[in-house]
Amino acid sequence: MSKRLFVKGNEAAAMGAVEAGCRYYFGYPITPQSDIPEYLSRELPPLNGEFIQAESEIGAINMLLGASATGARAMTSSSSPGISLKQEGISYMAGAELPGVIINISRSGPGLGGIDASQSDYFQCVKGGGHGGYHIPVLAPNSVQEMYDLTMHAFDLADLYRTPVMLLGDSVIGQMKEALIPNPRPVRELPAKGWAVRGKSGAEQRVVKSLFLGDGELEAHNWHLHAKYQVMKEKECISEEYETADARLIVAGFGSVSRIAHTAVTMARAEGMKVGLFRPVTLFPFPEQALAQAAARAGKVLVVELNTGQMVEDVRLSVGAAAQVSFYGRPPGAGSLPSPEELLEVIRKNYEETAR
Amino acid sequence: MQQVFKRPQSLKDVQTHFCPGCHHGTIHRLVADAMDLYGVQDRTIGVASVGCSVFLYGYFDIDVVEAPHGRAPAVATGVKRARPDSFVFTYQGDGDLAAIGTAEIIHAANRGEDITVVFVNNTTYGMTGGQMAPTTLVGQKTSTSPYGRDKSKDGSPIRMAELMAQLGGVAYSARVAVDSPKHVLEAKKVMREAFGYQAQGKGFSFVEVLSACPTNWGMNPLKANARIGEEMIPYFPLGVFKKEEA
Repeated sequence: MSKRLFVKGNEAAAMGAVEAGCRYYFGYPITPQSDIPEYLSRELPPLNGEFIQAESEIGAINMLLGASATGARAMTSSSSPGISLKQEGISYMAGAELPGVIINISRSGPGLGGIDASQSDYFQCVKGGGHGGYHIPVLAPNSVQEMYDLTMHAFDLADLYRTPVMLLGDSVIGQMKEALIPNPRPVRELPAKGWAVRGKSGAEQRVVKSLFLGDGELEAHNWHLHAKYQVMKEKECISEEYETADARLIVAGFGSVSRIAHTAVTMARAEGMKVGLFRPVTLFPFPEQALAQAAARAGKVLVVELNTGQMVEDVRLSVGAAAQVSFYGRPPGAGSLPSPEELLEVIRKNYEETAR
Repeated sequence: MQQVFKRPQSLKDVQTHFCPGCHHGTIHRLVADAMDLYGVQDRTIGVASVGCSVFLYGYFDIDVVEAPHGRAPAVATGVKRARPDSFVFTYQGDGDLAAIGTAEIIHAANRGEDITVVFVNNTTYGMTGGQMAPTTLVGQKTSTSPYGRDKSKDGSPIRMAELMAQLGGVAYSARVAVDSPKHVLEAKKVMREAFGYQAQGKGFSFVEVLSACPTNWGMNPLKANARIGEEMIPYFPLGVFKKEEA
């Protein structure tokens, strides 16, 4: 039996990275994710790995680009303003089809904003973020256990699809301590990295690049990337459902707020309301089909987010005319995290409207 | 009959796209010569930067990673740390290295990354059409300094080789020119010396190369070549500014 640990979400992600075989980390201090570089600065050198505290977020993402280009498993982490700076490098990595894991323990904005739990960077993470119309898989853990498990999964997805992968959490998920069972990394068959630079060694030259100037080259490259996104949509969607089978109202939320919504749904059930919870675990690819099915059964979806309405757009696209969609948001800031009672009240109101 | 001159093995047998009178071809040759000297072609990973030299993977027969504008030293850091057995160099222009990539070059140098940086200084942004660079000389007219670079508003041209020499992590820093056979031979010696530092694992080496951009200077190749000696070398003196002993 695996041991049971009591650790922070940020530490769990760093542990997951080490278990996944990541030996190269490049980062820059920013709250609320600094436990990750602190942990890895301690743990990687004894494993013959490399830790660099970079001169900037831009430096860190480009070190990741370089290490990934050699085929090594490598990672960086940051928080919202730092992720903004990394967008250039993420776009280049997406264009050059380089794997790599980016952990984003997001904070509130815009600008310097604050350090409170926030989901205001859904658009930035899920809709591309940098220039060039690309997507990267975005995973949204809602527990310390998932910080560990999904970080390992992120490395596999990155290698399988040759893409940067982002783990999106916030201070609630990154800073809270919970029980963690550090299971060994699941074995997944992955393609050989025949594209990685290594020094020619007498073989064919390898070039890792995102510049395509030949007639039709870049268009073909973009369709190739698009085709990968379609495969991800088919194969890589993850979502979790709670009490949705007979629900008349589905509450939809991801990450930290889904934990609060889970409690609120349980309280609503105790009051006899047929309410369920739908939690997207992958934000890209968005679990459109699973949500559409649950929503069609229920007839109504209440989206709850720690922002003024972002994921709700993907929910509306997913359910179409099959269900009514309403939204409840708390933009980030000190004291803005909703309580289960607050969400229960919103559920009551929405449930009563469906009963009418 | 004895062969006294041939294409370096590290260069492909192709024509370059560079403008007439451009010195990138000469500098490519010097870099390839140094690679051949140490026999490192097979374990070299080059880092291409944004500018006219981005296509170096078309000319060097080596593995290459393309970096975002200015970020080549950070990319090279990641490559070298993950593959310490490889031979890593960046090839960057003055806009790339001395403007948008200032933070990356300073800190890669200061960490003493075991890489070699080839810095091509032609006092202008070549690929984008001849705009003012951080190395543009005071008074020099470019497409974004139509009245000439004004020291009071645009600052003075940055002397990178001297600046590099101040950093603790730098083992070797020099400036050369390629405007005459004499200077090319000197440049060849310096390039070999710089790559030698990495070949022996002695740390960060930096070579600034003064070169011509006849197209964007609005000069024919001969006049452009002459400008290096007349205007650039007086401000950007040639020499070895740092040479750490083993």
